[in-house]
Amino acid sequence: MNKKTGWATLTISMLAMLALCALLALAACSKKEEAPAASPMAEAPAQPAATPIDPATVASVSGTVKFDGAAPKAAKIDMSQDPGCKGMNAAENVVVSGGNLANVFVYVKDGLGSRTFDVPKDPVVLEQSGCQYHPHVLGVMAGQTVQIKNGDPTTHNIHPTPKDNREWNESQPPQAAPIEKNFAREEIMLPVKCNQHPWMKMYVNVVKSPFYAVTGKDGKYEIKGLPPGDYTLAFVHEKLGEQDQKVTVAAKEAKTVDQSFKPAAD
Amino acid sequence: MAARFRLLLSFLTRGGTTLKSISIAYNRGHHRFAVVLACWTFLLIIAGALVTSNDAGLSVPDWPTSFGSWYKIPKLVGGIKFEHTHRMIAQVAGLLTIVLAVWTWRVEKRRWMRLLGFAALGTVVAQGVLGGLTVLFYLPPAVSSAHAALAQTFFCIAVVLALFTAQKWVEEQPRVELDQRRPSLFTLTLLSIFVLYVQLVLGAMFRHHGLSWWPHVVHAVVVSFVLAWTSVRALTVYPQIEAVRRPAVLMLGLVITQLCLGFAAFLTRVMWGRDAVQPELPMVISTVAHVATGALLLATTVILAIQVWRHVPVAFEESLPQVQRDPSVA
Repeated sequence: MNKKTGWATLTISMLAMLALCALLALAACSKKEEAPAASPMAEAPAQPAATPIDPATVASVSGTVKFDGAAPKAAKIDMSQDPGCKGMNAAENVVVSGGNLANVFVYVKDGLGSRTFDVPKDPVVLEQSGCQYHPHVLGVMAGQTVQIKNGDPTTHNIHPTPKDNREWNESQPPQAAPIEKNFAREEIMLPVKCNQHPWMKMYVNVVKSPFYAVTGKDGKYEIKGLPPGDYTLAFVHEKLGEQDQKVTVAAKEAKTVDQSFKPAAD
Repeated sequence: MAARFRLLLSFLTRGGTTLKSISIAYNRGHHRFAVVLACWTFLLIIAGALVTSNDAGLSVPDWPTSFGSWYKIPKLVGGIKFEHTHRMIAQVAGLLTIVLAVWTWRVEKRRWMRLLGFAALGTVVAQGVLGGLTVLFYLPPAVSSAHAALAQTFFCIAVVLALFTAQKWVEEQPRVELDQRRPSLFTLTLLSIFVLYVQLVLGAMFRHHGLSWWPHVVHAVVVSFVLAWTSVRALTVYPQIEAVRRPAVLMLGLVITQLCLGFAAFLTRVMWGRDAVQPELPMVISTVAHVATGALLLATTVILAIQVWRHVPVAFEESLPQVQRDPSVA
């Protein structure tokens, strides 16, 4: 190998590396093009007429979700990197109180057939205060407005990272007007985060029916107005996964369906 | 046999003259500026690594503006502190590169150096565009990884610009020893650059959630073997050539450091940090140090390759037409 060949080899190596970078970038851009490009406000699908439900026959399902094991200690959050954050310094990923598990999203996963439902006109509100999201787990119908408010004296950015919906990322300064968005497609445990405060995470659950609930600190939930029938009820937790139960409800029945989760295997 | 010896002799002679074929005057200011750019780029790589380790890549959601402004500095709190500082350091790096490219164009006699100055400029522009794209497309793994890989490519260009403008490079008469071994040391250095670059891409893909951790960890074994082979060959066969010995020693030291940092990064991020509610300091320190040491290792290996090319050229047998091989022709 002579000097010229040596230079040529070095040059070709450098060019190959640059080309590799360019190819990676190109691959990424073409992949992203697959995502739907419509604006979030334009995503609301045209609503077919809702299937009527006889209010005289509707049933309800309620119960308690338990945590079967020693309650994990809540991880501490260090908010010192932003003096505007003065919140409760405990993570909400597994919240257990007296053996009851909070933040479990409960919804009718199967059994509603081809029924359609009216999308509520009222927005669902997501608050940012104390540099935490409230609520930590949120249910919303597809197409329903989610109103996001910032009550903190610092800027947040709201960044959902969905699998089936459109991704977006917007900043919201203190005292800014609420941001209104909706999600067009059904998606369970859709993560939302703030990149300015990396501990800030919450989950939006987008469903097609109004039959859903989120367990409170007492582990309780209640789903009302369910037409009689056979259903699959799904209990979903951000860390502990999903558990399903088959349920049959008769007209006007108030059924109790409890569930329990075991600690996540490491 | 005599013809081969003549060829060898002519190559040696020609090699010595080719290396100093253009008379170049050392320009202290130009060289120091190139060193400043290389150091600034290293700082930029650390700033970029801090953005990724703190998960702050999208804390400023727009680009090329920051919160709608071209010049206003936002309140540097939370993730904005990392992302906006990275952007400001990058802007300065861009300006420094423009100045160096123009300066090189004006003062350099070596045409390839003038082109290298503008290659640096092209690379830094491409790097800025990749940085913007990764924000606008919400950190797609391939774009973020390309941004990470091109950052270190640019760092290598800045380092070689500093090397080629150094007093020693432009004024010394290089000591040359022919490399008769196969594979040659030069081939080994090129192989080292290649495996390091693959490792850089694998590491970046893991860091930006495009790949699992194991390809990066498995390939670390390959990288360690190739780099150890290269540095041991350089140190055992050519210890008398300082320009080769020094980067080889540094490369070996950096490989060992990098393996330790890689292990620490694996523990703090993959093993202990899997369920962390926010980026934890040990993870941030180990991963940023791992990225920074990786950049130094790649640049050191590029320098070693260049010094080996200069000081330890490969002995080769030139193939001659049959008519020249016939002793009766002479």
